Amino acid sequence: MAQAVTAGHDHAHDHTPPFFQRWFNSTNHKDIGTLYLLFAFSAGIVGAFLSFGIRMEMEAPGLQYFSNPQTYNVFVTGHGLIMVFFMVMPALIGGFGNWFVPLMIGAPDMAFPRMNNISFWLTVAGFMSLVCSLFVEGAPGAVGAGTGWTVYPPLSTAGHPGPAVDFAIFALHLSGAGSILGAINFITTILNMRAPGMTLHKMPLFAWSMLVTAFLLLLSLPVLAGAITMLLTDRNFGTTFFDPAGGGDPILYQHLFWFFGHPEVYIMILPAFGIVSHIIATFSRKPVFGYLAMAYAMVAIGVVGFVVWAHHMYTVGLTLQTQSYFVFATMVIAVPTGVKIFSWIATMWGGSIRFTAAMHWAVGFVFLFTVGGVTGVILANAAVDRYLHDTYYVVAHFHYVLSLGAVFIIFAGVYYWFPKMTGRIIPEWAGKLHFWLAFIGANVLFFPMHFLGLAGMPRRYADYPEAFAGWHWVATMGGHIFALGMVVFVIGVVLAFRSKERAADNPWGEGATTLEWTLSSPPPFHQYETLPVIVDEPSHAH
Amino acid sequence: MTDPRSRTQKQARNTALACLGLVVGMTALAFAFVPLYDLFCKATGYDGTPLRGAAASGPASQGSQQGTMVVHFDTNVAPGLPWRFVAETRQVEAQLGATKTVFFRVTNTGSVPSTGIATFNLQPGLTGGYFVKVQCFCFNEQTLAPGETMDFPVVFYLEPGIKTDPNTRDLTEMTLSYTYFASKNGQPQAALATPAGTKAN
Repeated sequence: MAQAVTAGHDHAHDHTPPFFQRWFNSTNHKDIGTLYLLFAFSAGIVGAFLSFGIRMEMEAPGLQYFSNPQTYNVFVTGHGLIMVFFMVMPALIGGFGNWFVPLMIGAPDMAFPRMNNISFWLTVAGFMSLVCSLFVEGAPGAVGAGTGWTVYPPLSTAGHPGPAVDFAIFALHLSGAGSILGAINFITTILNMRAPGMTLHKMPLFAWSMLVTAFLLLLSLPVLAGAITMLLTDRNFGTTFFDPAGGGDPILYQHLFWFFGHPEVYIMILPAFGIVSHIIATFSRKPVFGYLAMAYAMVAIGVVGFVVWAHHMYTVGLTLQTQSYFVFATMVIAVPTGVKIFSWIATMWGGSIRFTAAMHWAVGFVFLFTVGGVTGVILANAAVDRYLHDTYYVVAHFHYVLSLGAVFIIFAGVYYWFPKMTGRIIPEWAGKLHFWLAFIGANVLFFPMHFLGLAGMPRRYADYPEAFAGWHWVATMGGHIFALGMVVFVIGVVLAFRSKERAADNPWGEGATTLEWTLSSPPPFHQYETLPVIVDEPSHAH
Repeated sequence: MTDPRSRTQKQARNTALACLGLVVGMTALAFAFVPLYDLFCKATGYDGTPLRGAAASGPASQGSQQGTMVVHFDTNVAPGLPWRFVAETRQVEAQLGATKTVFFRVTNTGSVPSTGIATFNLQPGLTGGYFVKVQCFCFNEQTLAPGETMDFPVVFYLEPGIKTDPNTRDLTEMTLSYTYFASKNGQPQAALATPAGTKAN
């Protein structure tokens, strides 16, 4: 890979603005990244609390904690929306993206620092709107929106006369606007502000992943915004885009939603692909295997991700030919994904591997994401999906790719970059203990859901027959183990800040080749006052 | 000759504007998809949308009798409309290509005049492309006085192609379902999006 020969270190002029100015009117990409990470952690706590409610209720048949099953639906909806829009996306895109895209490409800041600030506060406002929706009436006689994160009509229109769904829609509008502005910022930064000599084909893979993600956001979020705006006018202004009473078609909403919804799952996982590439390369002390293939595999996943949406809709009455096409197109995605998994393994092959905490999470991710990918290929079959549609098998599948995929890499990124971001060190034992608790906990939590789904347990029900009780109990125990891991994580962070130990500029040694490791830990408030110059090395494989 | 800094800024602005254009374009596409989808359904019978034929080409092809299909009629009234709505018969056996007429009767059982609007759908949805309506009462607002009764004809024929399409050739029956809704202040959005001429059906 390319290496920097000069990098601007400048501590002398490094003064930071006063507290309010710095954290509320923030225009510094690192501060905004920190805000995003703290926000994602806070929202994640709320989302985790909701999932805890779900798992407590599902521990045994019958209604234990929810006297009204609609409230259970509200918990499921809140959990889904918060984790997707206010935890994973802010952490991976807003948090790590803001922090490390400018550092990795040798830019002093993002292209539009003030717009960056607006993006963040729009996301916060969206979260507030979603929290409001939990406390106002939705379905008759119950508070909150219990529509599922997909917000399908007619349940979200005729089924929820109260304002809760309006608040939820506003939440998506606000966070969507924030994400679109953020995406414009990333694209502009990456295309125009790379350090001299850093061509696109020398750019680190995390920056590549953010570039592809930003384009996916730009192309898909407006469609969601349009769809939920139509939902809003259907609900409040008498239009009938999706209301059969006036010739509308609820299936149309599903097409629009999934045209956004499927790229959205790649929006959540592509940044993780970028991060895991760096971690594995660093701790194998080898450049990533097949750099160009890795970059273009992400582009391919992004492009094909736009033409597979109806595999979420096999049961709506598509013709056989349409279903065949979507089966085929969906399976095509397994090819670039396979290229990536192969390249990660090939990067480790023959490398001098160090099993640091971050590497634990990264290797765990590769294994678990592959499991989730395989169940995805199974679900891609229209005939199989006819049976598994809306069962716990689907729940298991998307938690393997998101909870055990994206979330594992969020933690991997924290353990990898924490010394760089804070200048402090989380004890390695805490990261490793956290990993093992999360790895065991998440597998005990989600693997039995495959069995439940195959046995016919449907999603989004607060109660179930006795026959499903055993595996549900096991899953809840797994949830407790996972939660224990979170306690270890918090302890690790507290210990890092109490310890007097300080991180070196590059704590990971010669495997860490990207530009952020040439800076101090933490980096100066303004970096690269002299732009780093990238010189070409004779070969990519050094 | 501009200095490199302002050139970078100009490039950045152009990139951002191009991105913004992409966002505006995608939003416009999302809305454009509504009438397009509606047109697509009407043109292809996708998702159970019966085709509307201006004239009955049916009798002409009556000679090529390739069989019959049973058409069931399903009538519903959405909550909030005090109407009774029945078909004169629960089902008919329709010869492919031959025009059939079935009468539907609505009665306002309430004590005040009320306005309703009917929508329709075919199940299975795949049969939509072969069910051609020559005359029907859908998407016309009807106002009925208390106790008033009206009869509406539905004139249709089945395209013989239904027996050659691999998706539908094994089917022997289908259901035409009508639902009367209380009119939602005026013409609905989706109907407005189509040319005025087709509304008169």
